[in-house]
This record gives sequence, C-alpha cells and structure tokens, in this order.
Amino acid sequence: MLDDERRFDGLPARPGVGYKPQHFSALQADPGPVAWIEVHAENYMGDGGRPHAQLRALSERFALSIHGVGLSIGGETPLDRDHLARLKTLCDWAQPASFSEHLAWSTHGAEYLNDLLPLPYTDATLARVASHIAQVQDVLGRQMLLENPSSYLAFADSTMSETEFLAALVDRTGCGLLLDVNNVFVSATNLDLSAQAYLDAYPLAHVQEFHVGGHDEDHDDTGAPLLIDSHGKHVIDPVWTLLEHALATTGPKPVLVEWDNHVPDWPTLRAQAQRAAKALAT
Amino acid sequence: MSITLKTFAVASAVATAFAAQTSPANAATKEKCFGVALAGENGCAAGPGTTCAGTSVTDYQGNAWTLVDAGTCESMDLPEMADGSERKGSLEAVDRDLPA
Amino acid sequence: MSDQTTFRQGLLDPSRATPDGLKGPANAPAGKRYDVYRNNVTHSLIAALQTAFPLVRKILGGQSFDSLAPIYVRAHPPKSPVMMQYGIDFPAFLETLPQLSKLGYLPDCARFDLALRGSYHAADAAPFDLAAFQTLPPDEMMAQRLPVAPATRILRSHWPLYDIWRFNTVADAPKPRPVAQDVMITRPQFDPEPHLLPPGAADWLDRLAQGDSVQAAHDATLTTTPEFDLAATLVVTLGKSAFCTDEGR
Repeated sequence: MLDDERRFDGLPARPGVGYKPQHFSALQADPGPVAWIEVHAENYMGDGGRPHAQLRALSERFALSIHGVGLSIGGETPLDRDHLARLKTLCDWAQPASFSEHLAWSTHGAEYLNDLLPLPYTDATLARVASHIAQVQDVLGRQMLLENPSSYLAFADSTMSETEFLAALVDRTGCGLLLDVNNVFVSATNLDLSAQAYLDAYPLAHVQEFHVGGHDEDHDDTGAPLLIDSHGKHVIDPVWTLLEHALATTGPKPVLVEWDNHVPDWPTLRAQAQRAAKALAT
Repeated sequence: MSITLKTFAVASAVATAFAAQTSPANAATKEKCFGVALAGENGCAAGPGTTCAGTSVTDYQGNAWTLVDAGTCESMDLPEMADGSERKGSLEAVDRDLPA
Repeated sequence: MSDQTTFRQGLLDPSRATPDGLKGPANAPAGKRYDVYRNNVTHSLIAALQTAFPLVRKILGGQSFDSLAPIYVRAHPPKSPVMMQYGIDFPAFLETLPQLSKLGYLPDCARFDLALRGSYHAADAAPFDLAAFQTLPPDEMMAQRLPVAPATRILRSHWPLYDIWRFNTVADAPKPRPVAQDVMITRPQFDPEPHLLPPGAADWLDRLAQGDSVQAAHDATLTTTPEFDLAATLVVTLGKSAFCTDEGR
C-alpha cells in the first residue's frame, strides 16, 4: 500500500507513456519529459512478483494511470463481479491518479474474446453502458474515464453519433472522458467521416486525458482505406495536428503515447513523448 | 539409516544448502525468467488487419492438423513410451520400459 | 438472438458470413471489415498462446505450433479477462490429439510452461530464515514445519521433464535421459527457476505443504519411496528457496 504522500490528485498535464517492462531501467535512467505512466490493469492482477514490484518502484517516481482492457463495459453480459473485485484490489494498493476503460465489449457469456468489440449507438446500449459505468464507479469509489473506440465498421441500427452517445453517458454517470485522437483519425477515415467534425461535436470539456498512437493501413473490399489501430509505429503528423486542435480548446491535459506492438527501444518512445511535450507547449 | 546417521546427514545437508544459497539479485530489473515476463499480457492494440489465420477457413479442425518436423522433438531422441502408468516411482522401472 | 451473440458467432468461426446490420461508409456492406475483429480475436489469442508455451513451441517447432494454435483458441477461448491465466486446459487439449501420441511428454511440457508462469505471478513471501534454521540441533530441525513458498511449484512427470527443459533452453545441454523426473520450480525473488527433484521429494513437499513436520513428512514418504533421500532433498529445497516464513504468507 502506498502512503498518502505518494498519491497523486490527478495525472499531470504532461506527456506519459504506456509502460512496457522492457523499458523499466531506461525509463527511470532517462525519462525525458515523461511525468506519468499508464499500465493495463489486467497485467497486474497476479498475486505478486516482479510486475507488482516494478509498479511499486515506478509509482515512487511517476504518476500512475490504470487502464483496464477487460471489463467489457459495453457487454450484454452483466459485468464480471470477480473482475471488478480484482480491479478494486489493484486500485486500492496501487492508488492510481486515474482509472479508465473502453467503450467496447469483450466478454460474452463465460467467454473472454480479448478484443475491443464495437457497439451500436442506441438507447438500449446507452442505458446498459450507463448502468455498467455507474456500477464500476460505485465499486471503485472513484470517477472513471471512458475511451472512444477505433471503428472498422458501423451498425445500421445506430440512432445517434458516437459523440452524442459519449456526451449522454457523461450526463448520466458523471464519468470523465479519455479522448484517443488516433482512434478518432482511424474511425473517421474508416467510416469516411471528418475527424475535425468529430472533435467539434465531442464534449471536450470533460476530457481528462488524451491518447495518441500509431496505426497500420489496409483496404476494404472496395479498395477504400481501412486503418488498423495497431499501436505498432510512430504517431503520424495528422494525428499530432488533431491533438493540437483539441488541446487548443481544452488547455494542457495529460497526453499518453501508446506503442504496444513492435515495441521500440526507449529513446524512440521517449522521442514520441518529446513530440507530445511540443504539442502541449503550443 | 540409524537415527544418528540420519540427523548427521540432515545437519550436514542444511549446512550445504546454506553455503550454496544464492543471494537473489535485488533489482526488479534483471530478467532471467525464460520469456515468462511477457507471457499472457493483456493489451488494447489491434492485430494484423484483414488478412491472417483468423479468417482462414481451412485447417482449423483437429483432424486436419499435421505435425511437421521442424522443432526439437526429433533431435531429442526420446523413445516412444506407451502409457506412463507403468513408470511411476523408481527410475529402474522406467529403464525396464525401454527397448534394449 | 442478441446482437452480441450474432457478432460473436463468426469471430471464432471463419466459415460464417459477416453478420447482417454491419456497414461501411455510404451504407456499403461491411464485408471484410468484420474480418478485422475476427483477426484481432484469433491473432491475439494465438499470440498469447505462443508466448505462454515457449517450451511446447520449441519442441513442436513454430510451424506446427502455429497451425495447432488456431484449433485450440477456437475451441477454448479464455474464460477470464486476465490473460496471464490463459491456457490452463492446453495440456489436456494436447493429450486429445492423435497426431501427438508419439510425443507423450508434450502435455507435461505444457504443464511446465504453466507452472513457470504461475510461479512468476505468485504472491510474494518473506524468505525462509535458513541462517536461523541452521543453528538448530538436528532433532529440532526434524520437528520443524517448513512453509512452502507461494511461488513454489511441483511437477511430477513420468518423463525426463527437467532434461527436456534444459535441452530446449540451456545452450549445449545434453539430450534427455530416458528417466522419470519430478521438477520443482522456485522463485528466489522474481525469476522462477526449475530444479530437478530427487525421487520422493515431491511427496515430501506435499506433506510439508499440508503441515507435516520434516520428520513426519520424511516417514510418510519412505512408505511410498523407500529410497527417499532426505539429505539430498534438503540440499535442493532449502538451497533453492522452496520455503518461506509464515509471516510472509
């Protein structure tokens, strides 16, 4: 358990990185502009060992964001109470400055599908997701942030836009938002919409954290571009530009660089954090 | 084994263990865990796009699978033992199972 | 049928068509856009299996393992969102494949991979105070109860499991001998390490884990393994950090 001195009131409005164990030493030796780290909650749900020891050591120095990937907040299946209890245990000992999850589902019945699966934006989905967010905030005893997904397709059934859906969730639950501008870019390209229009319609006043990351390029059956949220390369310039547009409205906020596949050496990731620092300074 | 012999052997073994005990490297840094650190990680990144094994409709039934000899199983030269139930206990029992 | 039931059905069954009601830009049918999710699910589970079972993959070879993995992940998707637990029933699955009947040791190798991972993530515990134990008179040593550390794992095998692991992991290790080997995995601090156990030592450790004293566990083990060598067993278990202190549990 960390004592009160080491708690953080919120994430600092500075660059952070998605923590990778292979960067443990290099990150501490030369953090550059990195002021905080984000970890995937499920990777720290063992009983102890090196993952816990590393998280404790890093928490001495960096503010911590815990980012869940397995809660299935959009699931038709009720939230997994055991998993919620594991999240509470983790948040209780690690005392993160922020907890966030995804607008997606990943569990169906007793099966966990290990992907962030998409949702139709309807009144029924809204009611279900809102009740799940309320349940999470109730169990954890804290506000959570919700992240917009990368979309590869849309649902014919949807009756509202993603931005309307997110704004309604904030109204109903009091949750905060995590805006992934790479996901905005990916979804807008994939669905032939305007990323800038998405930002204009998005409830930016409720953003408490930004994500940026790299994506891959593919094509659909018609040859139209299909971007894949692979987190496997550097962030492209149009995504930095989108981030800077959003920051111009929100003012400085925590900005996370995600790089999860083909993880580079530390200097390469640190350079991306330096780019984020530049965006925060403009 | 007499009581005296046994207790002497025990004390001597404990001394040997104590002398041989390696003090673990204290940093959370140093890994020598044979790849286990990154095994079974959760993530939120997407995979390989529209083409990969995920959409292959062939060869995903157990009876369609074949073992190709590319691993170390050939070079290990382990005899094809039948059911292992005969080999419980002593090593001699195992040796008797082997073809001469 | 619910939306998510329909969506899920095709994720692990590539013979199914893209579900209705999904679309691309300008109301075009989603087509292979749905394949992105199929691939994410299947590929991520295969990748998890690859990293989770390095010994099995080494023995089978990458090509055989990677063509086997989709069969397993489609039949056995995870039952928990905690991916570090994925693959619990992989050893039993390997036992069902007739193509692997010649590799009778393979399921034990999968259990070995699972045990190494289980040990890595096990609870921390204060190390056993061997310095203090060493000062006890032998009869008091024999009366002691030794708490088995949470990260200690015992594997019983009818195969040369320890030799197989070494042959596939340590450079220039000799070929496995045709003997049965029990293996103990311990975690002195953060890194699990496999050790070869003498005959009977696995039973002795089980007895200790149930609360027997060194003496009682020894006597019980002798009834099933007459050649049980307590001294050799103490050297490897005490020397390789198999035990903890009670306070640490």
